[in-house]
Amino acid sequence: MKKMLLSLTALLLLLVLSGCNMVVFEPQGPVARSITELINWSLIWMLLVVVVVFGLFGYIVWKYREKPENMDYEPPEEHGSTLLEIIWTGIPILIVIALTIPTVKTLYALEETPKGYEEKEPITIHVTSADWKWIFSYPEQGIETVNYVNIPEDTPVLFKMTSASTMQSFWVPALGGQKYTMPKMETELYLVADNPGSYEGQNTNFNGRGYADMKFEVLAQTQDDFDQWIDDVKDTAPKLTEDEYEGLLKPTHLGRLTYSNTHLEWVNHADPNSKAYTNPELYRGHGYQGKTFEEDDNYKNENANVIEGHGEGNGHEESEENHGGDHHGH
Amino acid sequence: MGIKWDEFFITGDPLILGSQIAILLTMIGAVAAITYLKKWKYLWTEWLTTVDHKKIGIMYIISAVLMFFRGGMDGLLMKAQTSQPEMEFLNSQHYNEIFTTHGVIMILFMAMPFLIGLMNVVIPLQIGARDVAFPQLNALSFWLFFSGAMLFNISFVIGGSPDAGWTSYFPLAGKEFSPGIGNNYYAVALQIAGIGTLMSGINFIVTILKMRTKGMTLMKMPMFSWTTFVTSILIVAAFPIFTVALALMTFDRLYGTHFFTVSGGGMDMLWANLFWLWGHPEVYIVALPAFGIFSEVIATFSRKSLFGYKSMVFSILGIALLSMVVWVHHFYTMGSGPAVNSFFSITTMAIAIPTGVKMFNWLFTMRKGRIKFTSAMLWALAFVPCFVIGGVTGVMLAMGAADYQYHNTLFLVAHFHYVLIPGVVFAVFAGLYYWWPKMFGFMLNEKIGKWHFWLFVIGFNVTFMPMFFLGLNGAVRRAYTYSAESGFEPLFLLSAIGSIILAAGFAVFCYNIYWSIRYADRNISSDPWDARTLEWSTASPVQFYNFAKLPEVKSLDPFWHMKKKNEGLTLHDSEIEEIHMPSNSWLPIYMGVIFGIAGFFLVFEWHIAAAVAAIGIFAGLIIRSFDYNEGFHVTKDEIHRIENAWRKTEGEVHDHVS
Repeated sequence: MKKMLLSLTALLLLLVLSGCNMVVFEPQGPVARSITELINWSLIWMLLVVVVVFGLFGYIVWKYREKPENMDYEPPEEHGSTLLEIIWTGIPILIVIALTIPTVKTLYALEETPKGYEEKEPITIHVTSADWKWIFSYPEQGIETVNYVNIPEDTPVLFKMTSASTMQSFWVPALGGQKYTMPKMETELYLVADNPGSYEGQNTNFNGRGYADMKFEVLAQTQDDFDQWIDDVKDTAPKLTEDEYEGLLKPTHLGRLTYSNTHLEWVNHADPNSKAYTNPELYRGHGYQGKTFEEDDNYKNENANVIEGHGEGNGHEESEENHGGDHHGH
Repeated sequence: MGIKWDEFFITGDPLILGSQIAILLTMIGAVAAITYLKKWKYLWTEWLTTVDHKKIGIMYIISAVLMFFRGGMDGLLMKAQTSQPEMEFLNSQHYNEIFTTHGVIMILFMAMPFLIGLMNVVIPLQIGARDVAFPQLNALSFWLFFSGAMLFNISFVIGGSPDAGWTSYFPLAGKEFSPGIGNNYYAVALQIAGIGTLMSGINFIVTILKMRTKGMTLMKMPMFSWTTFVTSILIVAAFPIFTVALALMTFDRLYGTHFFTVSGGGMDMLWANLFWLWGHPEVYIVALPAFGIFSEVIATFSRKSLFGYKSMVFSILGIALLSMVVWVHHFYTMGSGPAVNSFFSITTMAIAIPTGVKMFNWLFTMRKGRIKFTSAMLWALAFVPCFVIGGVTGVMLAMGAADYQYHNTLFLVAHFHYVLIPGVVFAVFAGLYYWWPKMFGFMLNEKIGKWHFWLFVIGFNVTFMPMFFLGLNGAVRRAYTYSAESGFEPLFLLSAIGSIILAAGFAVFCYNIYWSIRYADRNISSDPWDARTLEWSTASPVQFYNFAKLPEVKSLDPFWHMKKKNEGLTLHDSEIEEIHMPSNSWLPIYMGVIFGIAGFFLVFEWHIAAAVAAIGIFAGLIIRSFDYNEGFHVTKDEIHRIENAWRKTEGEVHDHVS
């Protein structure tokens, strides 16, 4: 039985390894590479565990199986062995330590500018996920894109991420691991692309009907091409207005869009006191409909602009500009 | 109330229309058959109102098999939809509902009742008791579970199924993004079933602490009793968290509070934390009893006592303790910071240590044994390599930094199916083949059992092994389709083919039950496996009072030693005394029905109707508090007659000495 299982597993392995190349094992930047190294390290140990246990299992099951010849064999009374039990408690502890050290190191490293890129000035891109699209704002360059993001190669990019609606997860497997985007909260993620190229990014956290198609392209360019692109966008792309922006946030699939300003001018969804744009009416559809509730800080409140920041370290220019708006009690 | 009848039944989908017709026909058929066979009275007195732990256990198991079918159909539909890129078999909404109900049903309405069913049947017998501590509460537990399960199951034909995943993450599951009532079913049905489970937990803790027979100290308990005991503690520790989380969810969805919403200062991550504070222990609530079953089966069919009993007990306690402090590993990607993620990486990886101890103890139980490849044992054997794959991938996922690349991908899905299917489904199959003769007095067919085994195990591996590689190549979970350019097609197709083999295995299992009921030999001994624990020392099927004389325990594997030393097997007339047993009660099923009705109204947000129905719940509580029924006594003559009937048969180790 175990033989069949083993050969089946081996067959599957062969089929898979020869068939396709897996994105997680082909990192295209230092962040993804550090994770792949960690994964490879864990694979060695795990393979060792599998080989030992499968081997022991196969040996014991084969050797001590019931046969016509051994029907009168009566197994001995045996209650355990302290030495053996210490061994198979101790060795796993050592393996866990061997895995813990690089895990913790990598966890801390991932929160900082990738090693070797410290002296390079990172560029900051705000990511806002909405149902079911990705909005990228370049505050330094003053432009905004939807469903695609261009970055310069060999430059650390700091993504400051939030969500305008449900919780989503921002993942570009070729460049690095993923992180959640959550409304009224901000998460940060560093990514670097080694070379110019196009990489697929997507949402991995289920968020309703349009989830499967919530993808975007990361295009890494040379610095020159990137600068050129910024200039082109500034010259040719239209300005985004707040009305139009509210239209963008509706639950839809959009193609690529480009604007020569950013929505951060009027709202940053990472601000815990920012206005919510939720509108349950847009999600009606399947099944028996329940009661929905009026909220004083969602889409219905036309005049409620960004409310005064409460000094969460999130006070940005745009909330300064909007101080004239209605102040809302909580 | 303004009932919107046009939205009441789900219409427009041929699959659902087919199910509606099938449900209707099955119900009519069942009622007609029972009436024709004049079985209503039998059904009512012998089953629906029973407080006998064995019958309650069997009802749990029947429900679990039905739910396995339902959850399995959901799984097959998903596999069919993803077998080809850009398939148009199911639309996105339908797929979302199906993976949600698949998850909820498999965990809460298949795995849980299957295990609780086996616990019900076996635990009082293993510890030498005549029933659980609170027999009527036990029946109530079952009927609340059943009520919750049925309420949840009708959602796809009436009102719409929940569609936010079995984790039901907010804010998606809130009214802001899911204004349909589907997720109300989640909040209410799981609440009702959860109350039942919590009661089961309390019941088994008290049963195991207070009702062990003479001489059975805690450290002489069989391993399945130990794991049940620890699981019950986990249930009592973890389920209240879920109860509270579901109550908050209900408030958010029904009354517009802001616990988890985007608007009004809600905190969606609070749900994720509360959910997994229950959800992770829940995984161990289903895995630990399964470990207990494997321990019994491996010891019996190796003809050896369990290797390292003490370290097994400490491992279970260690796993239970650790299971309460690892919940954050379900969302390392939330950005809690490296310190938090490091802590939870370490606690999670630490679970591998006691689990490894158990694994080696099982292997060394078999060493120097004489391994008999019965169907039950085959499940226990297949568990070892399959679960090791689930375990090592679990360690890989536990490494916070690496998890950033696995999270929410099919790698994760493959991992937890590799843990839950070998760890729970293989275990309940092993347990079912093993204890079936004890429950019914005949065995499941071994030959058909082996077909069941091979199809299921091969199908399982072919279905889920490809998912590891799909995940590493960037395929995410819960996506209803994928593009042709992704290159995922061959492995998805392989996985779909596997699921057909898996389903064939399940079909053979059902056929085995049918075949064995029709044709299996009824003339078997009460101890067909030459087993080791007390449940085998009494009749098969077990007489309603379990033991004519409560056994006395002197060591581990008590029945084995009783057989070896030939003591305590016989029964003298002088030892027979009257036995006090609890009476049947209509209250538990009444409470189940009333809870179901009130829950149904609450799901549809018909508050007044729900409040009126809730009066029925309070009426039930009041009636119960004035219930002075003290049970009944079984006369010596009756015991004498029942004991003679089975002890006098040929080949029986328990010769009746008069």
